[in-house]
Amino acid sequence: MIVAKRKPFDEIKELLKSYKKVLNVGCGTCVAVCLVGGEKEVAVLSAEIEMARKLDDNPIQIDGYTVERQCDREYLAELDEMVEKYDALISMACGVGIQFLAERFPDKPVLPAVDTSGLAVNQAAGWYEERCRSCSSCVLGWTGGICPVTMCAKGLYNGPCGGTNKGSCEIHKDQPCAWYKIYERLLRQNRLENLMRVHPANDWKDQTPRTLIQPGYKKPEN
Amino acid sequence: MKAGSNLEKVLTAGHFAFTGELGPPRGTDAEEVRKKAAFLKGNVDAVNITDNQTAVVRMASWAACIILIQEGLEPNFQMVCRDRNRLAMQADILGAYAHGIRNMLCLSGDHCQFGDHPQARGVFDIDSMQLISMVKKMRDEGKFLGGADLEHPPQIFIGAAANPFADPFEWRVHRLAKKINAGVDFIQTQCIYNMEKFRKYIQQANDMGLTEKAYILAGVTPMKSVGMAKYMKNRVPGMDVPDDIIARLQGVAKDQQAEEGIKIALEQIEEFKEMKGVAGVHLMAIEWEHKVPEIAERAKVLPRPTVE
Repeated sequence: MIVAKRKPFDEIKELLKSYKKVLNVGCGTCVAVCLVGGEKEVAVLSAEIEMARKLDDNPIQIDGYTVERQCDREYLAELDEMVEKYDALISMACGVGIQFLAERFPDKPVLPAVDTSGLAVNQAAGWYEERCRSCSSCVLGWTGGICPVTMCAKGLYNGPCGGTNKGSCEIHKDQPCAWYKIYERLLRQNRLENLMRVHPANDWKDQTPRTLIQPGYKKPEN
Repeated sequence: MKAGSNLEKVLTAGHFAFTGELGPPRGTDAEEVRKKAAFLKGNVDAVNITDNQTAVVRMASWAACIILIQEGLEPNFQMVCRDRNRLAMQADILGAYAHGIRNMLCLSGDHCQFGDHPQARGVFDIDSMQLISMVKKMRDEGKFLGGADLEHPPQIFIGAAANPFADPFEWRVHRLAKKINAGVDFIQTQCIYNMEKFRKYIQQANDMGLTEKAYILAGVTPMKSVGMAKYMKNRVPGMDVPDDIIARLQGVAKDQQAEEGIKIALEQIEEFKEMKGVAGVHLMAIEWEHKVPEIAERAKVLPRPTVE
């Protein structure tokens, strides 16, 4: 799932300082699951802002509304009537949701309240670990299901580098060396020959905006 | 001859090679490079010029290499994948070659987090293995990585590093094989302190026929003190410093520790000279370039051979 982290409160406050009527828009999907941008978090942030602005003697009217998915047009339509009453919107969705909201309401400033950090797995309540950089060239079939782009600090395709140290990465002893893990996994599966393959220079397909149209579908006329 | 560098000639003629290292200054003073170079001149076959070593900004490796050429020494241009993408790397290779650089060491590079710009974005567009293949493609096929023809291909003697000690140890020799398959001509190893482990490693490399395909230069760094030995053991990733080395340094008076460190290095060099599969020594006298003449003299590797 996509995970995000709330921005520092002072940064949000700074973004909002010149607006008097603001709608805080949450998202009920990934950011709600990772406990940063759902209905509950919208209510908490709105209350914090309201209180801080009162203390600054600069009161604000802030309302909250959480849509099911900010990255989906049909759920944004329900905001159409509401939005005109506000001078700005806050979005607590991921970067995709924020941009889609901004695109739907191009006359309104849309301000992010979270920083999107990536594609992660849920390890325990409130604990997420990044596992994919969505590079568009998946090598998991060669690497025993462990992503070197994400899990190796240098994103090496032909690792491990000389800095691997007792199974840890050179950047931190708590960070496992991805290539050590890959070695262990492939050894266990009797597939070590995979490591002998020189993976050629990567075709970085994530360097230009990517569009995906699944087989059997097509882009609408307009 | 692939490149016709002095290092290649020395190794091809079957001499025991002896290379040195020079870290460029953290500033613009060419004189600093010249001073360090003077200690190395005549004592080594080629000098590695580090590339933003430990992720700390320094004078560009290729630029320091040119100063070295002006001083009559042969550089070994180090290039890390951390700081440039494939375009910048190929451009630097062309420029370096045009200025007379004939040896190159292809490295992935330490992570930015260690250096003086820990917030920097590491590039790693290609990795060290892919860099080796890229230089080989430029040299042997006269093609850029993108496939276009390259006029007057750079004739570069291609090197890479190998760490015989990092885990998993069993895998290390296979990683060496992979670099050799990718196209390296010579290897310089990480500093060796655990001789027993290195003997096993080189034995495996011999058994696999790897030492016939590439020249292996054993990495030697003399210890200056017990503090340095402990730092290397505990803080430098992938370094294997056995306790007996530390005990040996502790066994002498503090002002004798540097001398003891040199003695250990000299004993290692003696063993490497006789070791099957080791084609030379790469002496990394970190910020101790002035000691190189003495070490070379005492290691009985002088005078350096002249090969036409």
